[in-house]
Amino acid sequence: MSLEPIPHPIRALGLLSGGLDSTLAVKLLLDQGIEVECVNFHTGFCIQSHTGAMRNPKPGASPPRHDALFAAGNLGIRLHMVDIAEDYVRIVTNPKYGYGKNLNPCLDCKIFMVHKAMEMKESMGFHFLFTGEVLGQRPMSQRRDTLPKIDRESGAGGWLLRPLTALRMPPTEPEKRGWVDRSRLMGFSGRNRKPQMALAAQLGIREYPSPAGGCCFLTDENYARKLQDLWQFRGSREYTMDDILLLKAGRHLRPAPHFKLVIGRDEAENHFLSGFVAGRVLVRFRDMPGPVTLVEGTPSTDDLTLACRVAARFGKGRELSQVAMLLETNGQQEVREVTPMAAHEISQEWYV
Amino acid sequence: MKFPKSGMFDNLDSAQPDLDALCADRVVDARRLLCPMPIIKAEAAIREMQPHELLSVLSTDPGLVNDLPAWCRVNGHRFLGIKRMGRELTGWVVKGEGR
Repeated sequence: MSLEPIPHPIRALGLLSGGLDSTLAVKLLLDQGIEVECVNFHTGFCIQSHTGAMRNPKPGASPPRHDALFAAGNLGIRLHMVDIAEDYVRIVTNPKYGYGKNLNPCLDCKIFMVHKAMEMKESMGFHFLFTGEVLGQRPMSQRRDTLPKIDRESGAGGWLLRPLTALRMPPTEPEKRGWVDRSRLMGFSGRNRKPQMALAAQLGIREYPSPAGGCCFLTDENYARKLQDLWQFRGSREYTMDDILLLKAGRHLRPAPHFKLVIGRDEAENHFLSGFVAGRVLVRFRDMPGPVTLVEGTPSTDDLTLACRVAARFGKGRELSQVAMLLETNGQQEVREVTPMAAHEISQEWYV
Repeated sequence: MKFPKSGMFDNLDSAQPDLDALCADRVVDARRLLCPMPIIKAEAAIREMQPHELLSVLSTDPGLVNDLPAWCRVNGHRFLGIKRMGRELTGWVVKGEGR
């Protein structure tokens, strides 16, 4: 142990997702009398309540909530919410350590987040960082060979403590200096969440999101497929915040390489999509309720007629011989009378 | 013209204020943004405000109903309430001391 005087209070900054592991990590340190604040990073791909916020709520469902805010409220700690979406583009488009099963650059992501947290630690006067990582729990970023890589490449070195798995790792600086009592930390490992759930019960933590629920759209197969499609047909691995939001909503159909349709599935989604008309063509029924459809890309006038016919297929007028569809672009409106497309005319290959 | 005037919220009692009578010192328009962007924008705005000033947050994200009071609780701000107009929500927050 170091002979340096122990600072008081000892201040730690944690990465909090609001899931069970990061919540437990906070609680273990709070119980040692350490002053804890946390940060929650927004990458643009975070699964919080996005889907719930876009779709019509199920009858009786509670409004969606942000897990980290909810956890911070229960823990009585301050939470810094930081938007890193702009910088995160290079992590998603060009990850040094590649992708996981889908388009999830988990190792690069964790290095990036710890690096950002390290900058906050320095500028805000925290003594060390911590995360809720558990050795062996995630196949890419929580392996015995990748955890030290995170420490090294993020610049955190020995200043990153993992309270849930600390007993399986070499002591970190806050442990060596006597700031944290190592004997009161855990040695969890592997994918089994039962030890964490038992600890939660012991510590009086009763409300937490479903363990291992995942927190990133990039791990989602359907979402990753849509992002791949966007990159492939745009010819570059770039994206805007509008792009990644739109990939979360609606049915996506690509009848041809140069244009794509995004079709709302309920009233709430229609409302959401109608906010993205800039740079796109919005198609809706003129005289009856039905989906809002966005047309992205460089459609010809014939393509727009096809888009109207496809959009009409998903509305109540699908059985009519002719329907009036309203097209809006750059503040201009146009009406086209079209025959709704028959179900068999819509190729399954169009679905992204 | 602001009503009530800026700085009056340090003297409010715990009774629910009349949200229709409020006029914000700062307005965050987060309509069509999804969770957590309304809160992130609110956080950026309130950082530039003085204690006791009034912030209003416009949002179409139904999660604001849970997130805004939770954010106030963890950051020491005072949550006054949320008013719903169709799909749009307006939340009201008084900035706390020392944040």
